[in-house]
Amino acid sequence: MKKILILLTIALMFAYTHSVSADDMLQIKGSDTLINLVQRLAERYMEKNGGKYIAVTGGGSGTGIAALINGKCDIANASRLIKSKEIEQANSVNVDPKRVVVAVDGLSVIVSKDNPIDKLTMDELGKIFRGEVTNWQEFGGKNMPITLYGRQSNSGTFDFFREVVLKGDYSPKMNRMNGNAQIVEAIKQDASGIGYVGVGYVKNANGVTVMRVASRAGADYASPLSAQDVKSGKYPIARPLNQYINGTPKGAAKDFILFELSEEGQRIVEEEGFFVLPNEYVEFNRNSMGL
Amino acid sequence: MCRIKERLIHGLFFLNGFFVVIILLGIFSLLVFTSIPAFKEINIIEFLFSAVWNPDAYVKHSYGILAMIVSTFMVTVGALVIAFPLGIATAAYLSDVAGQRTREIAKPVVEILAGIPSVVIGFLGIVMVGPLIAKIFHLHNGLNAVNGSVLLAVMALPTIISISEDALNSVPVSYEEASLALGATPWQTIVRVKIPAAVSGIIAACMLGMGRAIGETMTVLMATGCAPAMPESFLGPVRTMTSTIAIELGEVPYNTTHYYALFGVGLVLFIITFLVNMTADIVLHKHEKIVK
Repeated sequence: MKKILILLTIALMFAYTHSVSADDMLQIKGSDTLINLVQRLAERYMEKNGGKYIAVTGGGSGTGIAALINGKCDIANASRLIKSKEIEQANSVNVDPKRVVVAVDGLSVIVSKDNPIDKLTMDELGKIFRGEVTNWQEFGGKNMPITLYGRQSNSGTFDFFREVVLKGDYSPKMNRMNGNAQIVEAIKQDASGIGYVGVGYVKNANGVTVMRVASRAGADYASPLSAQDVKSGKYPIARPLNQYINGTPKGAAKDFILFELSEEGQRIVEEEGFFVLPNEYVEFNRNSMGL
Repeated sequence: MCRIKERLIHGLFFLNGFFVVIILLGIFSLLVFTSIPAFKEINIIEFLFSAVWNPDAYVKHSYGILAMIVSTFMVTVGALVIAFPLGIATAAYLSDVAGQRTREIAKPVVEILAGIPSVVIGFLGIVMVGPLIAKIFHLHNGLNAVNGSVLLAVMALPTIISISEDALNSVPVSYEEASLALGATPWQTIVRVKIPAAVSGIIAACMLGMGRAIGETMTVLMATGCAPAMPESFLGPVRTMTSTIAIELGEVPYNTTHYYALFGVGLVLFIITFLVNMTADIVLHKHEKIVK
């Protein structure tokens, strides 16, 4: 009797996993910058569509794209663009990554509230994170060493910031933190710290100053908190937040992406502190969705 | 009939025991064979003795693991320095001083300590131990080797305590009786008779605790800052071999030099922990013989 019961339980467990892993189950994986936003979107979507199930996990953009290539997820969140190496890899296993832009981020450089400095140029940021300048005094601040907080190499933000701001290697002394939230926590406690995070993580954060950044010396300083500065491109480190799908999306994935791009979806984007899509990206998405 | 059944059961248990050996050999050969291709492109001397690890570089790739090895040893030795005296004192207390009642409560508590997930300990490192260390040493932040050492000490304590206690308990009662009969105080008996008699067991306990500390990943990943530069002091950030593997293996493209090099790091780590555990085992057996 007992044995039969055990067998029955096991059979039931299999049946259950089977029914969920069908068409109604979506696996989304990747960017830590996007995780909170996509989780909120997924929750709202599941509320509206009973019976659908979406699992959102993090791990970094690189991890997400690798998972998409290995067939371990349906949608990859990425805060950077896919690299040509990754496209090659994907094509070699018959995966065709298609990109959709779901939100715009003003990548925010933050320091502690106790640090009097509140604006820097791109050039100065590059020097700081390459490790060429190591004391706040250089910029008219207090005489204290600069402690760098960045992300780990599986992060899309790590890549994006390096590509756009550093154009070189990070200082080996930069602390490699696990996620955006950890950087914000660290900066709150460290008066000498500087770090970079997605704007969605600083909207409600106390204890940190969001830097205004100028594209070059002499240019106007702009803030990532201003939708206008980000949209107009005046803020120099704004970036699209992307999702990658294998081939033109269909079925459950398409349905969810359409929800993300809908008015309601974009309202959630704004609530989470990011910015809604400008027209060029709306157009771009139409093409890649095959609409 | 009965004999056949007996034989079958005997065979089954033998297979089970053998299975573990196969798994161990399998892991070892997987590490060896997957890391070999890395050394077609990386000079093994450079791999072991260069301090610059930057496989995902913007300018120049380099694969040197010295900084990681140093980091790993720093947090491990730091953990032992903290956990060794604490662990032995607790073990001596539990085996000789504590009353029956206290022991019944304290022993399970020590065992529960071993069951706390490492990620929880890492979390404590970020929100509690880190700020505390920053305050004590007047630093700007607490993400450093000391933080990692304190947390690893907490994680190694249960192992050290329970094995040291076993070692102390296995010292024949006659030693203790003889010591007390000669007029030694209980303190003198513990420090000068029982601990020296159990010393090989205690050393083995510490080696096993060390093995635990070397291989621990999540805690050090969260609490030590993980800057890849060569550590300058115990109060600076460190990045251990385990955290490097954990951070990078998730996103590395398969079958690249970087991928193979990470397995190389794993192999070095495996060899180190294997040596530590084996030494512990040899010392422990020696202890058993002496006691018998």
